[in-house]
Amino acid sequence: MAEPALVEVRGVATMLEVRGIETFYGAIQALHGVDLAVRRGEIVTLIGANGAGKSTLLMTICGAPQARRGAVLFEGNDITRLPTHEIMRRGIAQVPEGRRIFARMSVFENLQMGAAFADPAHFAADLERVYTLFPRLKERHQQRGGTLSGGEQQMLAIGRALMSRPRLLLLDEPSLGLAPLIVRQIFETIRAIARDEGVTIFLVEQNAFHALRLADRGYVLVNGRVKMAGSGAELLANPEVRAAYLEGGAH
Amino acid sequence: MAVATARPAAPAGAPTGATFDWPAAAWDALVTGLLAGALGLFMVGFRTTDYGSAGLQFEYHLVDLLVACVAIFLGRLALTAAANGWPLVTFVIGAALLAAAQGLKLPSSFLTVVISMIGVALMLRALWVWLRRSSGGSAAIAGLSSSMGQGTQRLYPWFGAALLAFAVVMPFLPFADQKVMDLGILILTYVMLGWGLNIVVGLAGLLDLGYVAFYAVGAYAYALLSTQHGWSFWICLPVAGILAAMFGVLLGFPVLRLRGDYLAIVTLGFGEIVKIVLQNWVDFTEGPAGIGGIPGPTVLGHVFAEQAPEGKTTFHEWVGIEFSGNHRLIFLYFVILVLALITNFVTMRLRRLPVGRAWEALREDEIACQALGINPTNTKLTAFAIGAMFAGFAGSFFAAKQRFISPESFVFIESAIILSIVVLGGMGSQFGVVLAAILLIGLPEWFRDLGQYRMLAFGLAMVLIMVFKPKGLVSHRDPTVRLHPAGAG
Ligand SMILES: Nc1ncnc2c1ncn2[C@@H]1O[C@H](COP(=O)(O)OP(=O)(O)O)[C@@H](O)[C@H]1O
Ligand SMILES: [Mg+2]
Repeated sequence: MAEPALVEVRGVATMLEVRGIETFYGAIQALHGVDLAVRRGEIVTLIGANGAGKSTLLMTICGAPQARRGAVLFEGNDITRLPTHEIMRRGIAQVPEGRRIFARMSVFENLQMGAAFADPAHFAADLERVYTLFPRLKERHQQRGGTLSGGEQQMLAIGRALMSRPRLLLLDEPSLGLAPLIVRQIFETIRAIARDEGVTIFLVEQNAFHALRLADRGYVLVNGRVKMAGSGAELLANPEVRAAYLEGGAH
Repeated sequence: MAVATARPAAPAGAPTGATFDWPAAAWDALVTGLLAGALGLFMVGFRTTDYGSAGLQFEYHLVDLLVACVAIFLGRLALTAAANGWPLVTFVIGAALLAAAQGLKLPSSFLTVVISMIGVALMLRALWVWLRRSSGGSAAIAGLSSSMGQGTQRLYPWFGAALLAFAVVMPFLPFADQKVMDLGILILTYVMLGWGLNIVVGLAGLLDLGYVAFYAVGAYAYALLSTQHGWSFWICLPVAGILAAMFGVLLGFPVLRLRGDYLAIVTLGFGEIVKIVLQNWVDFTEGPAGIGGIPGPTVLGHVFAEQAPEGKTTFHEWVGIEFSGNHRLIFLYFVILVLALITNFVTMRLRRLPVGRAWEALREDEIACQALGINPTNTKLTAFAIGAMFAGFAGSFFAAKQRFISPESFVFIESAIILSIVVLGGMGSQFGVVLAAILLIGLPEWFRDLGQYRMLAFGLAMVLIMVFKPKGLVSHRDPTVRLHPAGAG
């Protein structure tokens, strides 16, 4: 087992820093002291098997559940103990696991909910941006969210998150349950969001191949601990990663 | 009787009766009838009656039981026939049962009613099979009802406007006697309560089984303030609303973390607690005896009475018309109409505001709401508070109209009826609430002559609605924003 190649990323440019996080569900410990950092403008991915604690880490950043030990810093401020809704008003947006769009509300209303705490002056422009990123949503803007296809629902979840003008976007398995073609499309869009909009991205994925190709850097989570870290290309080339997460090749 | 017996061995969905196995069907029906008889033997067959000095004695109702078993045998046979493509048999049996129930002298009137209903239900079952055949299968029916649905959807605003126009002129129509006016006031009260609860249950998705508690708070607030401190109705109205809203927040705090059935149980308990306090805090609420002599609402200080109490003038003297008992009812009718319309108007406005959108989003997905920066605590509390406020208004109106209130008026069945109105109306549909209130309040009042079978009919109506319209009468949800079809966004 190789030593975790910790990358030094502290400094002014650090946008998100997770220090020694330990999270529990009742008596069960899901995270055993996780450290990681995301710099401004980066795409960072966290890969790991089912049940490794990826979603738990992402939710801990958002304060639900809160970490029992350790700290979460966003733009230098400690947000570990803030209630979720306050964290989410500070420039962080989340695309939750399983998309969680509002099924009985229209596409437009879903996007409107995303902008609930954004400056209304930007609303029209932001809506246009989302519709440019996802023309499919524009075509279906009056359709009920629950009647969209899986891929469209994922687009809606991302669009809804973007409506709050986040500086940091957290995504939890956006490829889950989608056809390969749609997955490629979604990852292309994530790349575009980072490149064109300057949004920093923290991406949690099981689909390690796509995630590592997209990411500047990656972390590998195993049983609630970071086992490896490195650039996307390094991890992609790492034989251990290949054996554990890329079995069956690029899919 | 839904007794699990082996179905006759006919292939599922066989469209013709060619392969229908009559002996098996008869055997199945016989088993059903015997099982029903065995089950019913101890419940219906004989019961103990207290004969005073002679002690407990058995009383036998074996003829009743036999009649019931025969009806069940025939009913089961008829249902099997309908399922296997013999609707004519079903129809004939249904008609025969109906005729027998109406024509023969059955041992109890209960049997007459139940067997008549079985007969009608069987005939409907047969009609249903014919309807499906003639329109070429269920796909055609689905298409038909969905296109009808689209048509009616567009008509809702017109229905609404027509209904409102009717509600406004109703008191002046020739048939509007005291009975009609009372019924109108009753229905409007429930429409208002339904609209209020719709905020909590329909929009915010919080299942509240204790809504009547806020109604009680409003009623007692007005009753106590008016009888003990001489406050007028129009001052008490907002006070009662605010008090009820405060109770809403009070209830909201402990239940914030609860969801679904847990929330329902706690709210149910809250409703009971309020009722028990009203019953037992005799010094304050007069207990089960209730509070009487509550003054009715006044028009600029003019009372509705034939003779004015000292220091007051009556309405008919003030306006200069003949006294009529109907004036008071007409006035009350318009008060509750306006209160209900205000409830509707406020709800419709709130739906378009961030807080209303947050209610609906919360109903859809609480975790997603939090992820978007919405504070679920505040959102739920505002829903509870505003819903409760309207119940408080309605409660003080109720006290002013009845002039007498007691804890008996605020029992669980009231909460259940209001909730039924919301659920049958379609959870969140304002127009659906009106339809459901007319159906659930109006019809049973209208059919008071049915006597003890009134509630049976009520239950049957509920079951039928839930079978044919499982999402409520109006399941369509209006988007809060209308966009141009072109999609200019
Ligand atoms: N709400 C919960 N209650 C209890 N245990 C949980 C809960 N959510 C996740 N877990 C447990 O925490 C561990 C990590 O889960 P999760 O973060 O969902 O993994 P991943 O997203 O990597 O698949 C798993 O063992 C899971 O069973
Ligand atoms: Mg997960």
